[in-house]
Amino acid sequence: MSTITERFLGAAGAALVVSTSASAGPPAAPYGFGTTPSQAELERFFAVMPDGRGLPSGSGSAEQGKVVYEQQCASCHGANLQGGIGDRLVGGRGTLVNEDPTKAPVKTIESYWPYATTIFDYVKRTMPFNAPDSLSNDEVYAVTAYILTEAKIIPPDTILDAMTLTTVKMPNRDGFIADPRPEKFPPAAKSPHQSLMIAPPK
Amino acid sequence: MSKSTVDAAVAGASAYAQASSLDELLKAEARQLAHERVDPASPYFAGDRSARIDRRRFLGSIAAAAAASTAVRSAAAAAPLGAVEHEVPPDASKAQGYPLDDTSYGSRSQFETEVRVRFKTATPQSSWTFTPLQNGCGIITPSGLHFERSHAGTAVIDPAKHFLYVNGLVKKPRKFSMRDIRRFPSVSRIMFIECSGNGLTEWSKPTMRTVQGTHGLTSTSEWSGVPLSTILNEAGVKGNAKWLLAEGGDGAAMTRSIPMAKAMKDCFLAYGQNGEAIRPEQGYPLRLMIPGFEGNMHIKWLRRLEVSDAPFMTREETSKYTDLRPSGKAVQFSFEMEAKSIITFPSGEMTLDGPGFYEISGLAWSGRGTVRRVEVSTDGGKNWHQAALQGPVLPICHTRFHYAWQWDGKTAILQSRCVDDTGYVQPTLGQVIALRGLDGPLGSIYHLNAIQSWQVASDGKVSNVHDY
Repeated sequence: MSTITERFLGAAGAALVVSTSASAGPPAAPYGFGTTPSQAELERFFAVMPDGRGLPSGSGSAEQGKVVYEQQCASCHGANLQGGIGDRLVGGRGTLVNEDPTKAPVKTIESYWPYATTIFDYVKRTMPFNAPDSLSNDEVYAVTAYILTEAKIIPPDTILDAMTLTTVKMPNRDGFIADPRPEKFPPAAKSPHQSLMIAPPK
Repeated sequence: MSKSTVDAAVAGASAYAQASSLDELLKAEARQLAHERVDPASPYFAGDRSARIDRRRFLGSIAAAAAASTAVRSAAAAAPLGAVEHEVPPDASKAQGYPLDDTSYGSRSQFETEVRVRFKTATPQSSWTFTPLQNGCGIITPSGLHFERSHAGTAVIDPAKHFLYVNGLVKKPRKFSMRDIRRFPSVSRIMFIECSGNGLTEWSKPTMRTVQGTHGLTSTSEWSGVPLSTILNEAGVKGNAKWLLAEGGDGAAMTRSIPMAKAMKDCFLAYGQNGEAIRPEQGYPLRLMIPGFEGNMHIKWLRRLEVSDAPFMTREETSKYTDLRPSGKAVQFSFEMEAKSIITFPSGEMTLDGPGFYEISGLAWSGRGTVRRVEVSTDGGKNWHQAALQGPVLPICHTRFHYAWQWDGKTAILQSRCVDDTGYVQPTLGQVIALRGLDGPLGSIYHLNAIQSWQVASDGKVSNVHDY
């Protein structure tokens, strides 16, 4: 037994020594691992903010965007932006306020998206689905202009660029609130009692 | 509510690709159930339990049942996914087993058939799969059964060519190879990831039949990697830094904004999962871990961190993972996954063998801390009994609970509720709806953490019900 105790103490002592030397030992951060990326490497990346930071140069009109849309987008999002394999893009205004549990709100760029800059960011990084990040900046500005024109958010003759895109006010700009959770739940109701089963297969 | 209303609702809900159909999901679940009903290893087995069923006969019955079905099904008949078919001797103690290979990776038993099941979204690239919680024991989800949610398929990335960039409001932009990342002091923690859409079909009526369908978008692994604070300190965060953009290297270049306080508190970059490199579908070679926050923020295939003074308002944090309420206002940046629990046995579509002893078992977790207590009710919430917690009980981690139940053979409604160490009590569905309302059949879609009800009928059949 004493052997076991000694072994245990020995192990603990060793651990103590290790941990003491470790606390004295680690290099102060930074460790200096990694390298400094070149400006050219970082230019490959982008992320757009609502105030326009991150938007690249270039421009486009709805007229140009219609051509891009028909070639690159319509097969998934529909000829009239009504959706298909991909999300519906326009319509749905006025459906967000809804107490009816049987009727779904229609959430589209037109009805739900709070910032136009997000359209540019998302289309550029992910679209078209079969060739993400393949559109030129001009094409992305143009197709953004086309969607916003079809959504009747900007006049058809608008030229979108880094300056004008940030001035677009989306219909649902003020539609978001901060997270109120954790919530204070009312006492559990026992009456009226709600009881539902899965409907038998037809 | 008519079926077409539900379909329309599903098509309209932004959580789904629009052409996705709840019908298809229900069909997929029914197909899987039909398969499992004839599988003696499945908890849904509906055959004669006392009969000794020969594996070959069982496989034959699957093949026969699926004769008209797909090639996938006949491949499954040869050996379940992840298994290798071996001849079964009449008595394994009177024969040599199959030899040990000189090198091997391993496979599961040929008698085990549980699989992830995909939600039938419009494309198999932007889609999700559910973990089969019904079979689980302990708290770890096998890596190959960890739920998936991807927006542009599973990216294939050579780690030798993968880099993590750190730029924005930093003193010194950095570029790290995976070799660099692995040189830093490491951390490891066992924690759950839950998709905020877990249970979205269950708001207005019971919909999915199995626990895999109602709750399968949560899983637990041991994740190993480097603290995010270590990486950010290498670059030197500037004084006005408030947010951090995390960007994936997949075709969706998935992006979410993260508050800097959370980034510096307990986030880490994982390269390990359950003792090996993380699985491709979990973000190989590098994934951002944000303990307790909704699953989509755990950016997979992480390639870049951009430090900023404000959130970027990406598509995922404005138009997608926001919770629309009947007022027309949507809750944004609802990060934490709140306390939740689920009875995994017995659960939907299982059949009990008759009155007697059953150990009710399930999982509880909270994104805000540690599970402090779990209670079980067998009478629809009228009376509650404390369940035993099975160790380890870890913060932000699945916690297994058990409750010994003597079933008297009468109809029973089984429920569980958990309390975390913040004192938060898991609410009933009625409480959640009273507070958040139902904006359409899918409610506010995300963050449904209500108490689940399973009805045990007098014939032993268990089904998904709403009872509150």
